[in-house]
Amino acid sequence: MTEKYNMPDERGHFGPYGGMFVAETLIPPIQELNIAYQQYLNDPEFIAELDADLKYYVGRPSPLYHAERWSRELGGAQIYLKREDLNHTGAHKINNTVGQALLAKRMGKTRIIAETGAGQHGVATATVAARLGLECVIYMGAVDVVRQSLNVYRMKLLGATVVAVESGSKTLKDALNEALRDWVTNVDNTFYIIGTVAGPHPYPAMVRDFQAIIGREAKQQCLDQTGRLPDTLVACVGGGSNAIGLFYPFIDDHSVKLIGVEAAGDGVETGRHSAPLCAGRPGVLHGNRTYLMEDDDGEIIETHSISAGLDYPGVGPEHAWLKDTGRAQYVNITDTEALEGFHALTRLEGIIPALESSHAMAYTMKLAPTMSKDEIIIVSLSGRGDKDMQTMAQREGIEL
Amino acid sequence: MSRITATFEGLAKSGRKALIPFITAGDPNPDFTLPMMHAMVEAGADVIELGVPFSDPMADGPVIQRASERALAHKMSLRRVLGIAIEFRKTNQHTPVVLMGYVNPIEAMGYEDFANAAQRAEIDGVLTVDLPIEEAVENIILLKARDIDPIFLLAPNSTDERIKIMGAAGSGYLYYVSLKGVTGAGHLDVADVEAKLNQIRANTSLPVAIGFGVKDAQIAKTVSGLGNGVVVGSALISKIEENLDDLERAKSEIVGLLSSMREAMDS
Repeated sequence: MTEKYNMPDERGHFGPYGGMFVAETLIPPIQELNIAYQQYLNDPEFIAELDADLKYYVGRPSPLYHAERWSRELGGAQIYLKREDLNHTGAHKINNTVGQALLAKRMGKTRIIAETGAGQHGVATATVAARLGLECVIYMGAVDVVRQSLNVYRMKLLGATVVAVESGSKTLKDALNEALRDWVTNVDNTFYIIGTVAGPHPYPAMVRDFQAIIGREAKQQCLDQTGRLPDTLVACVGGGSNAIGLFYPFIDDHSVKLIGVEAAGDGVETGRHSAPLCAGRPGVLHGNRTYLMEDDDGEIIETHSISAGLDYPGVGPEHAWLKDTGRAQYVNITDTEALEGFHALTRLEGIIPALESSHAMAYTMKLAPTMSKDEIIIVSLSGRGDKDMQTMAQREGIEL
Repeated sequence: MSRITATFEGLAKSGRKALIPFITAGDPNPDFTLPMMHAMVEAGADVIELGVPFSDPMADGPVIQRASERALAHKMSLRRVLGIAIEFRKTNQHTPVVLMGYVNPIEAMGYEDFANAAQRAEIDGVLTVDLPIEEAVENIILLKARDIDPIFLLAPNSTDERIKIMGAAGSGYLYYVSLKGVTGAGHLDVADVEAKLNQIRANTSLPVAIGFGVKDAQIAKTVSGLGNGVVVGSALISKIEENLDDLERAKSEIVGLLSSMREAMDS
């Protein structure tokens, strides 16, 4: 395994996964996007502008924080948290929206659309749209609009129009369908900012490249603080953008284990979960081939997770490829376990994690004690938990 | 010669255009579809596009989305759609049937198993909305080996190069989507369609059916004059949706609309 990892191919395939499965009307805008992306990817002026935004607007680099008390408590590996929760708008999502919005501006697009599940990507998109003075429409499943009402309010304050999507299961996948329909209709002036490493090529590669700053920083910070590479990386996986952002710069470092944590909801065995890599099979949805949650006839089935951001029946195609090749390993954590992770980090480190990130925390609680004290885990703390106060209070029977 | 090609050639000889209704199989229930197909033929349909319902119909507007949801609520599936096609063929040997849907149900069945099953059901054409030419090579080979026409969509923004490629890879006919948007949307602009048809004609000799935005007899007549046929979908499905409590009436309204289109197109 000395060959350098170099995925996807020029048509966006990660082995059998990825690709460009869209209706004909979307082919020209996707090709236009791909050409622009390839052009600006290597344009020093674009990169300088992006780097400046990431530094002065987003607040990067985000710290790599040694969670000493939590590590001691668990009695095993040293745990380091990559603090994406400290970014502007409170999650890793803004790394990508800043990048795509700059691209939209260069391409002369005047209108931005996006889908959102937990609302973090919607907020991050509305934020950059406000800053650049672009019209912004956010599609959000009607179920998610209710359970993430705080983020809906934030988006509206930022000047975005939030459309509650009433079709299908009324969650993230339906928001994505509706955003694609909007894009098909308004391709001439509209840029679609997809929030995760899914969708048709070039989105999975482009979003990964914008999120890879997480892993690049983490690698350098780990070397600076400990003098060596970590042994294991842990990140939650819905669509999988924070996970791929952390993993990607380490893919050729074969000593580093990569572990993605899917949402098991009520438990994978109950069927009420959002864990396509652990319990699904390959199919085609939203423009790419990947692992999906579907029935025997190929109809997409409803997913369940306490965390709206992980409540999605597919996963980025690169994760499908990393799973099949064995380079990354995918595990799952139930709602109940995720809550234990949530409370542990809150009480022991004074950091309230998002429910999505809490899945990674919960798996770390299982993993760390099995490792030795001189080993290192880096966990992606992809977002902060402020948006989840309502869900938590409701779950624990507290009226706010 | 495929049943579709024979149909278009026969129409061309008599100077007529193809009337191609689209309904979603299993909408509003599985028993409705087969008699509706026969009634549409009697009303003047030349080709039937049978929609395979999918849980996530990304290219469809609300009318066809809801048709899919109604069909799926009755557990309609690709296998059962093929079963309806088999029943249809028992009493109709001349009207081509084209399956139209999304790729994931085919993926779930397996491309080769699907091609075999479609051949057994005497399906004449397959149009897979989200399987653009770049990803379709394997499927085209499997279908063509079984004399099934792979049918491709052309869009208002398709380039000369893509029209040429799809004209060469597809067979039967090409389906020109006359609007940037989803099914059932807005109004089409006749001058735009005419200009685009000239471009398409310059790049392929396949017949062209025009769809998206065909709502009444007048539009059907105008649009069919620009190509070789018209596809009408959402306007028919709206009749079902408006008469869910009286499906006989839904059926007669669909027949009425198609008959008026037929008459206008032939006059």
